[in-house]
Amino acid sequence: MAVSVRNGNMKIQDIENLEISLLLEAMYQRYGYDFRDYSRASVERRARQFLIKSGYKSISQMIPALLHDELFFQTLVREFSITVTEMFRDPGVYKVLKEKVFPVLKTYPFIKIWHAGCATGEEVYSLSILLREQGLYNRATIFATDFNDEALEKAKQGIYNLENVKQSTQNYQKAGGSESFSQYYHAKYDSIVIDKSLQKKITFANHNLVTDHSFGEMHLILCRNVLIYFNNTLQNRALNLFDYSLVPGGFLCLGNKESLLFWEKDKEYESIEDSAKIFQRKYLPECLNKTNDH
Amino acid sequence: MTTNIKEKKYEAVAIGVSAGGLKALIKVFSNLPADFPIPIIVTQHLNPSEDSYLAEILNRITLLPVKEAMDKEKIKPGNIYIAPPNYHLLLERNETISLSNDEKVNYSRPSIDAMFESAAYAWSGNLIGIILTGASIDGANGIRVIKNFGGLTIAEDPKAAEYPMMPKTAVDTGAVDKILTLSEINKFLINLSGVDKRAE
Repeated sequence: MAVSVRNGNMKIQDIENLEISLLLEAMYQRYGYDFRDYSRASVERRARQFLIKSGYKSISQMIPALLHDELFFQTLVREFSITVTEMFRDPGVYKVLKEKVFPVLKTYPFIKIWHAGCATGEEVYSLSILLREQGLYNRATIFATDFNDEALEKAKQGIYNLENVKQSTQNYQKAGGSESFSQYYHAKYDSIVIDKSLQKKITFANHNLVTDHSFGEMHLILCRNVLIYFNNTLQNRALNLFDYSLVPGGFLCLGNKESLLFWEKDKEYESIEDSAKIFQRKYLPECLNKTNDH
Repeated sequence: MTTNIKEKKYEAVAIGVSAGGLKALIKVFSNLPADFPIPIIVTQHLNPSEDSYLAEILNRITLLPVKEAMDKEKIKPGNIYIAPPNYHLLLERNETISLSNDEKVNYSRPSIDAMFESAAYAWSGNLIGIILTGASIDGANGIRVIKNFGGLTIAEDPKAAEYPMMPKTAVDTGAVDKILTLSEINKFLINLSGVDKRAE
């Protein structure tokens, strides 16, 4: 970036932009957490929200605390990684998984699934329920990853607020669940505890889409409402990582407003159902032939 | 591209609207010329569980292309972008769109405050912020940020609005430059393109 001499009259919002750049740089260099290629507008919102709560006067005043106080860093990371999710979020997506993806998965002797950015785990358990109802659970291995340890811990415990159970039950029914949702949890005080048998095939692990690499071949990868928080560079990195991890004919399920449009390998995937944002990696040789024919 | 009003260059229009929005937007967008010089970004509160046909409906009443905003899409002049249901629409400084699934703001997702604030950071004083009918307080903070950064702020006249609460809350912040009726806002927008084709 070329910096020209300024007359001291930089706009306040440009100074703040600089402060946020310095903050992100400090987080990266000091702790290895790299938010520099996150969607900037989201990061700025969260930094401003954190600033109000923190009692500091400016973003740059938080930098010394960030550098010297690991607890401060942890609260900041928590703010940056807040995720909103629910059981069977976007039930229509689960319906398409069940109707169009599971029949293909059924043809494999074992099934490997990666849920990237699983946050507090609600959607992983939702998937487990559907797999079980379709007789696929026992041959499945599910890797549920997130970069936020605190969220992962919550996911492992599988304890959720009882308040949401009505919504979850409705979602389950819309998703095409074939049993009664209440058999999958025990109510305890104001919480529900997910049935332990649903955890059997899930491995929860820390994985950061920004810095970590592929860890195996997958038949289905779900990564929903994570890419919207990335800029183009980082979206491409994550998509390339998924592409590298998927078997030919494997499936990729993204969030409802995410797409492959700005990715260079867009053409190597076929949309299974536009409304559900589920894509299948083409079996490459045929795909190359097709491209040559046109 | 930019457009001049009294030597001031405006680069984008941000509109926030809630209850009563469809009728209001139809009025505000009618007869906008096809060469309207800057982008218009709209956050309308919608029921999160339903598909939005807002873009489709508005497309029929204006010459400008109206579309539901896509994540990381580049903003183009003369296009109208609508926030999708259940996502916040944020503007980046490089004039692209980022969608966000963050918590609701003022009980709303999409939130007008979230859109206005990010737009204010993206366009500073070159932004026009307009708040229309609605039974919410969303948008009032955003209007204040737009004003603070030197942008132009407009509210629908609460006396004439179908749901006065939202424009009134914005006006009460003291950060609104102009209080106009829907047809005056429509004329104002038409004038931005430099050609007065007259609204009626």
